[in-house]
Amino acid sequence: MAEVALVDVSKSFGAVDAVRNLSLSIANGEFVVLLGPTGAGKTTTLRLIAGLERPDRGNVLIQGRIVTEAVPAERDVAFVFQQYSLYPHLTVYDNLAFPLRSPARRMDEQLVRRRIHQVAELLHVEQKLGNRATALSGGEMQRVAIGRALVREPAVYLMDEPLSSLDAKLRAELRLELKRIQRELGTTILYVTHDQIEAMTMADRIGVMNEGVLIQLGTPREIYERPDNAYVASRLGAPAINLVPAELLAGGAMPPNARTVGLRTEHIRMICSADGPGPVAQVHWVEHLGDQNHVHLKIASHSLVTLADPAQQLKAGDRVSLAFDDPLYFDQAGNRVAANESGRQA
Amino acid sequence: MNLSVTAHSVAEPTARSKRIASFVVVIYALVTILPLVWIFLTGFKTPPDSIAYPPKILFEPSVEGYVNLFTTRSRQTPEFLESLPPPQTWYERLVRSRNMVIGGPSKVVPRFANSMIIAFGSTFLAVCFGTIAAYAFSRFRVPLADDLLFFILSTRMMPPIAVAVPIYLMFRNLGLTDTKLGMILLYTAVNVSLAVWLLKGFMDEIPREYEEAAMVDGYSRLRAFFKVVLPQATTGIAATAIFCLIFAWNEYAFAVLLTSGEAQTMPPFIPFIIGEGGQDWPAVAAATTLFFIPILLFTILLRRHLLRGITFGAVRK
Repeated sequence: MAEVALVDVSKSFGAVDAVRNLSLSIANGEFVVLLGPTGAGKTTTLRLIAGLERPDRGNVLIQGRIVTEAVPAERDVAFVFQQYSLYPHLTVYDNLAFPLRSPARRMDEQLVRRRIHQVAELLHVEQKLGNRATALSGGEMQRVAIGRALVREPAVYLMDEPLSSLDAKLRAELRLELKRIQRELGTTILYVTHDQIEAMTMADRIGVMNEGVLIQLGTPREIYERPDNAYVASRLGAPAINLVPAELLAGGAMPPNARTVGLRTEHIRMICSADGPGPVAQVHWVEHLGDQNHVHLKIASHSLVTLADPAQQLKAGDRVSLAFDDPLYFDQAGNRVAANESGRQA
Repeated sequence: MNLSVTAHSVAEPTARSKRIASFVVVIYALVTILPLVWIFLTGFKTPPDSIAYPPKILFEPSVEGYVNLFTTRSRQTPEFLESLPPPQTWYERLVRSRNMVIGGPSKVVPRFANSMIIAFGSTFLAVCFGTIAAYAFSRFRVPLADDLLFFILSTRMMPPIAVAVPIYLMFRNLGLTDTKLGMILLYTAVNVSLAVWLLKGFMDEIPREYEEAAMVDGYSRLRAFFKVVLPQATTGIAATAIFCLIFAWNEYAFAVLLTSGEAQTMPPFIPFIIGEGGQDWPAVAAATTLFFIPILLFTILLRRHLLRGITFGAVRK
């Protein structure tokens, strides 16, 4: 049964449509990530589920119950905010105890203590329980913030970019930890981020949002390999997918209605001579990242970015010929069209 | 994200500029503190010493001013004084030595009590209303919020004397003239605008995520307000309380107009402490010294909060 369901929900702030006709259902134990740029409506979606915003239209269901009109305290959800998540006037312990001492679910202090120690152990903050919340490092703060959600066993955890204010190393650590905890406890999480790596690594399903609309919902593989349209394709992959006009690479498996070709780095093969069968490009710029090189290519007046092995001694001005493996094709409107099976592999 | 914006000058101040700065500060402090020292010393002078010219810097201290402040006395003939039993206390002896007898306690204690009740009462109410209103303006989409805030501010624009007559008439009709309740309401009304504006700034600085987190954690908005918002607003509340208290404590114009007996506060009382042949300056100085103490204590008590409060907007944690 669906833990959380949004049914045709819309919400606008003044003239801005934050969320439009959004329907989404999250199964028990599922980790769903909403991915999108700032202002896509991801946070509003979380706030609608938490009850911090009321939808203009549509319904919110939690465990099959319509909670559209319920105040946040009546909904069984936990929220992890991007920042400002700990109460600065309380100790770590009291921060963790705060939800358990609420009037909505007051708990025996003995039980509170046991729960807090369990969670503190899980998150490696046992040593910090007596500290004031302000005396923690950024990573500890965010772990405690996640802990404050974990001490409860709500129907769903709502997380609003909980790792975005941390440095890259810590982010990678906590990402793994969070996924491990979610697996161990079998919790249901709706997680908002604009970081594609977080989305790809943690999600059971990814929902790509833009301008208040859920554009595509699917497993990370589906989203990456079979994006519905050029927008979804451009959200994932680093360096970003190259979108070039179809006439540039005519032939092969290209369907007749394709107007744009999406080339991820793995779709592009470079042959280090100008006399290959494919189109010829000129190396415009090489970025050395250590483990890999980003090669900026010019083909006619269009730019392409692809990866190259650092061992490959490419330099600006070199001419290479290109071959393409199973690129993505998009029609006039930007929707993906299937490749022409008969003419696969150019 | 940890935004830390600290304001510091580009160059470290040199020893010379530090010396100049401390010299200026010390001079300024001396100039401002001199009248207070003067008043304090006058409180311990005898009436003749207090009006001596040139002023006496060195004098024999006396508590006559304080005795006069707390008592009413009458001059008696030497024959009458002879007929009295010997003085029982040191202050009776002091008064007798001036050929007077103590008639009874003066009004200073009830007046002081009035000041305390009215000033602290109105400060408490103004800060309460101010906190609630500021929270509402800061967090909810109040219709016409800007106009309302301007209206609240505008209540402070007119000089009090301009509205004195209408307020006097209103008070008379409502039976509030010369009542503590009336004065508390009046000072609350005057202070609430200041409180709302000051506190709104502080409330705006408290991220709303705190109370939203509390609400999701199972608290009602009201409980979240008390549990999460108030503890973080203490700085602003302390600063606001001091400003309100200073106003209510020192207010003179309305107090003169609207109180005469029952509810009279210290400011209209002090100038009319009359001794023989005019103003009893040592008693006036003694009253002023006592008058100064509560505000001093209150400010010292809240000083830590106050200093943090003043820099609150400038320093981000």
